[in-house]
Amino acid sequence: MSIESQLADLVGDLPDGMTEGVALGTGLADGYDLYESAIGDVAVTFNPDGVSSVDIADDMFRLRFEERFGRKLIRAEAPSSWGRHIPTAIEAGRPGKLVIDLRSITPFQASVLARTATIPKGEVRPYSWLAREVERPGAVRAAGSAVARNPVPLIIPCHRVVRADGHIGNYSLGGPQNKHELLEHEGAHPDWLEDLASSHIRLQGNTSTGTCCHPTCHVIRHSNKKDVVNLHTLQEAKSEGFKVCEECRPG
Amino acid sequence: MNEIGHSLATDLDGAFPAVVEQMGTKIYWGLRRLSGDHQEAEDLTQETFIRAYQALSKYDQARIRSINLQPWVWTIALNLGRNHLRDRSRRPTYVELVEHGTTDPEPADEESWDRRLAFLNGYQKTAVVLRHVVGMGIGDISDATGRPEGTVKADIHRGLARLKQLIEEEE
Repeated sequence: MSIESQLADLVGDLPDGMTEGVALGTGLADGYDLYESAIGDVAVTFNPDGVSSVDIADDMFRLRFEERFGRKLIRAEAPSSWGRHIPTAIEAGRPGKLVIDLRSITPFQASVLARTATIPKGEVRPYSWLAREVERPGAVRAAGSAVARNPVPLIIPCHRVVRADGHIGNYSLGGPQNKHELLEHEGAHPDWLEDLASSHIRLQGNTSTGTCCHPTCHVIRHSNKKDVVNLHTLQEAKSEGFKVCEECRPG
Repeated sequence: MNEIGHSLATDLDGAFPAVVEQMGTKIYWGLRRLSGDHQEAEDLTQETFIRAYQALSKYDQARIRSINLQPWVWTIALNLGRNHLRDRSRRPTYVELVEHGTTDPEPADEESWDRRLAFLNGYQKTAVVLRHVVGMGIGDISDATGRPEGTVKADIHRGLARLKQLIEEEE
């Protein structure tokens, strides 16, 4: 056998995983892995630009991803440099050190989500508050749809955003029951929140400090119960001499 | 190649996976013979295609159509291989696959050929591998390596002669 033909025989098959590796590296496909959460297993997807989505890990999530983002999904491990932050971010309900791929949404939507990410665990804010915080007080509906389009629920805690009337409202990740469960898990007492909303109580004031807060704000929650009064509107609060809390900034 | 060049020009994202399917095997095994190492060849092949895609995504349609794909991709692969040798520690960290390829289909007598190829100088080894392992023509090898065709022929000739000599010494 000639040297030439022996050299030609030194070729085998393409190693497993090569095409997938290229698809992930070029961004033609995202990787996904499954993680536990308070509402069951979720699929977290990622690419070289960061975490791209969080969804319920049912048999349809791959299809939903492809439909929304126009890319394939491949089972993979998150990059070793930041993948370990994913479970922490899910449990804490904030991105922390994770980079989020927000290419699928508009800059306004991104700013709404950035503000959403700062709502502390166990607390909730209304859509109207979000709109005001991003300096678009008239854009309550747009703020609402930004939250509804949150590609990374749980990590950006859109479950902490409630209706302007205080009712808990809808949730993109599997419906309102999941929102209820997440808030319960975080100690935000969703049944109590619904009761307050039904009684049109939007704020609470501390008579000893003279400040008023959203009812879930840690400032009012840590107040002495005998000092706490229910308030219906900011106007009422102001007319009774309350200043707004610097932490939760009711408006 | 023209047909694939055409589809790359009109739908890069749609056509690119087929390029990996078509060229990947030869690129991997060529790099495998040049580096003598499975992991390195795998990393380099993956990185080659990622770079190729990134470059193509910046080109306009006319430029993509004008590319002679095989030597063009090999130019990227050989450059990456050189940089890799210069700094093996500085590897890009791309997402790692869960079920990483454990199957390593080794052709017969692979090790002894890698040992022999290691005795060739870099130009000769590259030319011999591209000509006889990958199966490229002289013109394409010249394009991929940036060396004149006459020089490529001489590299191949000398490389093969050296391999013959090494085999005789083994006997």
